Amino acid sequence: MSATERILLNGDEAIALGCLHAGVALGAGYPGTPSTEILESFSKMGGRAQWSPNEKVAFEVAIGVAYAGARALVTMKHVGLNVAADPLFTVAYTGVSGALLIVSADDPGMASSQNEQDNRHYAEAAGVPMLEPSNSQEAYDFVFAAIEISERWHTPVLLRVTTRVCHSKTVVRPRAVQAQPLAPHFVRDIPGRVMIPAYARPAHRRLRQKLAEIQAWNETSDLNRALPGDPALGIITSGVSYAHVREAAPAASVLKLGLTYPLPLRRVAEFARGVSRCVVIEEGDPWLVDAFRAAGIRVEGKPDMYRFGELSVPRVRRILEGDVSPESKPPPGKPPQLCDACQYRVVFDTLRRHDCIVAGDIGCYTLGVLPPFEAMDSCVCMGASIGVGLGLRHALPPDEARRVVSVIGDSTFVHSGISGLVEMVYNPPPGGHVLIILDNSTTAMTGHQEHPGTGRTLDHEPTNKLVIEDLARALGVRRVHVVEPRVGSEDFGRMLLECLASGELCVLITRRPCILIAKRLKELEQRHTAPESPLPSTGIAAEAACCPNGVPAGAGADRPKSGI
Amino acid sequence: MTSTVTNIVVAGLGGQGVLKASDVLSDALLRAGHDVKKSEVHGMAQRGGSVRSDVRYGPEVFSPMVSPGEADYLVAVDSSQVDVCRHLLRPGGVVIAPDAIEAAALPNRRSLNVALTGALSAHLDLPAELWTAALHANFRQDLWAANEQAFQLGRLSQSGSAKRPST
Repeated sequence: MSATERILLNGDEAIALGCLHAGVALGAGYPGTPSTEILESFSKMGGRAQWSPNEKVAFEVAIGVAYAGARALVTMKHVGLNVAADPLFTVAYTGVSGALLIVSADDPGMASSQNEQDNRHYAEAAGVPMLEPSNSQEAYDFVFAAIEISERWHTPVLLRVTTRVCHSKTVVRPRAVQAQPLAPHFVRDIPGRVMIPAYARPAHRRLRQKLAEIQAWNETSDLNRALPGDPALGIITSGVSYAHVREAAPAASVLKLGLTYPLPLRRVAEFARGVSRCVVIEEGDPWLVDAFRAAGIRVEGKPDMYRFGELSVPRVRRILEGDVSPESKPPPGKPPQLCDACQYRVVFDTLRRHDCIVAGDIGCYTLGVLPPFEAMDSCVCMGASIGVGLGLRHALPPDEARRVVSVIGDSTFVHSGISGLVEMVYNPPPGGHVLIILDNSTTAMTGHQEHPGTGRTLDHEPTNKLVIEDLARALGVRRVHVVEPRVGSEDFGRMLLECLASGELCVLITRRPCILIAKRLKELEQRHTAPESPLPSTGIAAEAACCPNGVPAGAGADRPKSGI
Repeated sequence: MTSTVTNIVVAGLGGQGVLKASDVLSDALLRAGHDVKKSEVHGMAQRGGSVRSDVRYGPEVFSPMVSPGEADYLVAVDSSQVDVCRHLLRPGGVVIAPDAIEAAALPNRRSLNVALTGALSAHLDLPAELWTAALHANFRQDLWAANEQAFQLGRLSQSGSAKRPST
């Protein structure tokens, strides 16, 4: 790969290529839009990547890799960092021996998420340095910067990206010289790594000291750039908002921040003093503007209406003009829906006919909430269906309680449903409960990723398989049924009524591979059971072959094929 | 800004190859030496919902998104998306819709996305060999012939059109 080569990568692919070139030893994560393609691309490019059951476990695996003195990557969508928040806050205290790069992919505007939380708050709350790239070149470059900061200060670093950075393809010029991987080895450091109170108290002080040093360093870091312009208007911005700003106000003076925590406040103050009007343009919460004002810097923020949804060039223009008139709404597009031949149609049709109260969960099957089914009554977060369903069962009068079911997908069950099932067995509602696990043998919504229940690793190689019905039985559930939902068959309906009437704890697994992967699944199963090659090393060779130079030919390669 | 940057919106429904079409398009534009940005929102769109991909090119492109009223071209792989995206077109912007293609002549019903990319190519000033290279880079070799055929079908459908949209 030559230094002058220009390639078109989306932000996820650019992060993956950065990690490959920066010598990352292992990437772990859990799929979640818009972060999913990072690990998939990393694996296809030749990096070592794995899906974990959930973000917390992935995060902890990455901590272990970084404690061992290697470079680690962990990826997740914004809400995934909630799941992994526990290790996040304390690894900030312990620090790492190698490098720990945490990618949080936020989704302002909620293209495919249940909330639009702004994870910049996590950097500040946990005390972890944060980088925010504005395009794919920066996504690539900031991986190197994050690893340098992580190794210099022995701290985890948060790379915070957003949907528009992850899913926009822009030009990347990769580096000619790539980093050598670190040589891992164990160094015992009990007071530094074992966070009992006696060791954690000094660790917290060390963390604040590190952050003060990084802040001082950041004051002159070239991760932040000032673009001289008209002194009448100065704009401070970061991330993809920078791109909108350059277009909406090409003449303005701009301070573009790359390392947004800890903030270079002296530099910001100096910039603000040099312009007559200083406006902060940021997507999501008023996070930068609050920090600047708390530091006594006079800046203008955005009207509250622009806190909701993504920014764009027209919205930045409106902010600069102080326009708070109602925005025109574009014509509605066609909403997504369950595929015509999806097994879930049978399930939700049945649940609707029996007027079940459905505690739902996160995945394709959340589409059961839309017409014609409208057969979902709650959806909070990954795994919540079970706890919420149990709570409803505990509190509702018996004639309503007996209609409550929890509905969760296979990947989501493994992610965070298992502890809910333990709760169900431990604190059973008086009238029992019915847990329906929709098993389509994949993580469908995010683009068909493997998970522990498929028995295949991220790159589709065979591994140990978690058998959901065995697990349920081992936890003490006596009524465990597996049924294949089919159009025209009443098997599922009959089984559901039997479970609802039993008053016992029931786990009803509906099992049928997702229609979109049925063909590929057959090929994989045949390959893996071929007698001559019990453990083939080829994986899905056709896809691996698309990137002979370690650069993906196109992110579309792994999507369901269209346009032949 | 808008005078030096060309804005293209490709729209359709999940599964129709909107993203593939914009991949071929942006690949060809990159090969021609342009700065290119391509932006889309996928995820839930995979389940048959509206999918839109914005492609912008020129000497230097900043925002990856096409602003309403600034699209020079709207390529609709599904006719239902023309009205959904019409507000993105600038006055005089060009709509390239499925009715531009003779469906019966397509080598495969699912190659409409590539045929429409071919139709768009008739309006853009790019050497033909770059389009071929982009098709080859984005499809498996056994699909090259069918896609080149679909692309040509679309390209020829625009004969008589101006190279650039009128203003």
